[in-house]
Amino acid sequence: MAAADYQKRPEAGFVTEALEKKLHDMWETKPGLFGVIATVDHKVIGIRYIVTAFAFLVIGGLQALIMRIQLAQPDQTILTPEQYNQLFSMHGITMIFLYALPILSGFSNYLFPLLLGTRDMAFPRLNAFSYWIYLASGLFMYASFLIGEAPNNGWFNYAPYALKSFNPGLNMDFYALGMVFFGISTTVGAANFVVTVMRNRAPGMSINRLPIIIWGTTTVSVGILLANPAVSLAFFFLWLDRQFGTHFFDTAGGGQPLLWQHLFWIFAHPWVYIIVLPAMGMVSDALPVFCRRPLVAYTLVILGTITTMLLGFGVWVHHMFATGIPFLSMSYFSGASFIITIPSAIATFAWIATIWTGRIVMTTAFLYFAGFISMFVIGGVSGVVTASVPADLQLHDTYFVVAHLHYVLIGINLFGVLGGLYFWFPKMTGRMLSERLGRWNFWLTFLGFNLAFLPMHWTGLLGMPRRIYTYPEATGWSWVNMLTTVGSFVLAFGILLLFVNVWISLRRGAIAGRNPWDAPSLEWATSSPPPAYNFPVMPVVASRHPLWEDRLDESDGHSSIDRGLVLDDGKEMLATSVIDAEPRAILKMPEDDPWPFLVTIALTVGFTALLLHWWWIGVAAGVATLLGCVFWLWPRDDLAQTKGAAHE
Amino acid sequence: MSDISLETRKPMAIGRLPIGSIGRLPNGWWGMMMLVATESFLFLYLLFTYYYLAARAGSGFLPEAPPFFHLSGPNTLILIASSATLWYGERGARKGSRGQLLIGFLATLVLGAIFVGIQIVEWTEKPFTIASHAYGSTFFTVTGFHMAHVVGGLIMLLALTLWSAIGYFDEKRMAAISIGAIYWHFVDAVWIAVFFTFYITPYLR
Repeated sequence: MAAADYQKRPEAGFVTEALEKKLHDMWETKPGLFGVIATVDHKVIGIRYIVTAFAFLVIGGLQALIMRIQLAQPDQTILTPEQYNQLFSMHGITMIFLYALPILSGFSNYLFPLLLGTRDMAFPRLNAFSYWIYLASGLFMYASFLIGEAPNNGWFNYAPYALKSFNPGLNMDFYALGMVFFGISTTVGAANFVVTVMRNRAPGMSINRLPIIIWGTTTVSVGILLANPAVSLAFFFLWLDRQFGTHFFDTAGGGQPLLWQHLFWIFAHPWVYIIVLPAMGMVSDALPVFCRRPLVAYTLVILGTITTMLLGFGVWVHHMFATGIPFLSMSYFSGASFIITIPSAIATFAWIATIWTGRIVMTTAFLYFAGFISMFVIGGVSGVVTASVPADLQLHDTYFVVAHLHYVLIGINLFGVLGGLYFWFPKMTGRMLSERLGRWNFWLTFLGFNLAFLPMHWTGLLGMPRRIYTYPEATGWSWVNMLTTVGSFVLAFGILLLFVNVWISLRRGAIAGRNPWDAPSLEWATSSPPPAYNFPVMPVVASRHPLWEDRLDESDGHSSIDRGLVLDDGKEMLATSVIDAEPRAILKMPEDDPWPFLVTIALTVGFTALLLHWWWIGVAAGVATLLGCVFWLWPRDDLAQTKGAAHE
Repeated sequence: MSDISLETRKPMAIGRLPIGSIGRLPNGWWGMMMLVATESFLFLYLLFTYYYLAARAGSGFLPEAPPFFHLSGPNTLILIASSATLWYGERGARKGSRGQLLIGFLATLVLGAIFVGIQIVEWTEKPFTIASHAYGSTFFTVTGFHMAHVVGGLIMLLALTLWSAIGYFDEKRMAAISIGAIYWHFVDAVWIAVFFTFYITPYLR
């Protein structure tokens, strides 16, 4: 028998109510507990990411406040040194790993299919898996507090202090296994973003028409795929050294403590760009909406994004200037660190030019983006200072570095995220955030942040080392520390107002409608909040700003939003070509599926078993994980993976 | 032909499109490429660790007896042969011959299992352990990582063989076979790099 001809001619049509009803029944997550566990809707997963990441932000913030109370005055004993060590370690781990990337993954998860004009991510089940692993690994690391043995060696966790002889408790084991666990989430999430961008776009959305956040997240996702193995491996080596007496990091058996620093920073310097470039992308897309014009220098901004990521792989040793490495090596990495300012500055000038030449609409989101730019400049300049070897040798491990990294991370991650939240909240919930509360929210966070961290540069120049639990009065560091403590509480109060605003606006906020900001990209072409299937018919894109075509006159054609391919024979999506987004195939998309959740449970049991040396349970959990994956990937008729299924 | 006529000079014409998992069209094929990319870097960092520790330690790093080829040499050939049998099986799948597919995959499973067996013998022959010195740590960890990938690949091939035997695939709907084959070839290619590092470079000094 000749094989079936697995082809069909997709129908084009207009949006109708009957079509919307049919698609709704197909795509809607089923209610009840099963739906909660099994949903693969990228919008639900995206919001879960955002809520969870904000929860970790709050927890990490509270840890910071406790430390600030301890440091507000000299010679305080509110915290013991060990408690202080655990707090600053978990504060860093929480903010850098459990907040900073997941919040961006949340926005990207929510926005990718909407911005790209498609119905879901490339791998919806993997997407659910990535969220569950994120949650499970976060809880795993936090479980350490339950037995009072949280990681206590800082987030970069240098050997040899992380080794068993110096650190015999479970503290480091929680961190080592937790990070290997968390790495699974980051990696599969990154792969999902890259494949979605390459293969699942609206017809006509060639790569020169992609929104910048797509470029930002895709660039860093490639970075994650290449960098993340280094840190997973480093933590795995650490775990081996601690459990089985291997000699990767301890000098007794020929190991090298510096190997840890190399593997860690080969990952962690790219990571610094990984957690800011998507936020820069958010600003590049949303800021122009409030300037009523397209972004200046679209192509240069994208090239700058990619160049920053590439160079980000060649600067890791600038974290190691004080380790006694050869002079030539320091010169090279110092030079590379100076050069990286050039691509980073391109975006800054593009934003300033966009504001300069635009007609500004002064909203809370705009204020956050403007604050973002100004703090990026401060954080960037203090970064240039530390890129210089002689200055860095003086500033290394002082509060100057702490001030620098908070300007970068709060300035270019959190402020971009908060602006992005004011911008996209109406799309996610259908309601506007209050602008009046928003002003209070912005000004308190902005002033509180600068009050806390601007004087901190001075604290560092006065010579105060980071990670000390208290200091004597004679040092003269008291007043700057008090300023920082006051500022951090103002900042925290500002963040509290954000949650008040969200709480009130969810109930009483103004109804947003489709496109409250009159923005140009595809997510604003569907209702707010979008239906489960995102778009009733597949939009066709003819320019970079599909909803601004009337006034911009960018291209010959017009994008087609109301008429397009219908794709209603089961859950269907288009596969498109990488460069030009020409339709290549019709993909069948998975229904709600419990396997991602079940495999996560098996992995959680497995990692817990490794932590507690329950080896046989670990083996059993490993087998369960593999079996779970086999069932997850079992070929299915409804996904058109088997012969005979889905042909005309 | 259903064309999405844009108000433009060139309407977009969309003709018949393949449905579902065909050739390199499904997302899974691209997902496998992502896995290969990230795993390549994992092994890059593993080998970096070996070279870094070797370079920093100087002359005393290698064990007294250099690594022998009496097991690892034939084992390398066995693994390369398993890639060939897999290719044969996949070609059978493309022709729609379930028999050739199953013969090729079963042969690959057997060769892969022999590789694992010989590797275990090689491990037990070593006079040092993972905890003896930095060389022992890297040797057992890197070959252990590779071994874990071989075992994972064997489980995957086992599932694919089972699914083929049930008759899930035909000559067009066989994306799972092609995607799985990429992974096995990748694991073989990684072994070449591991073999070169641990067995050849000690003789190149």
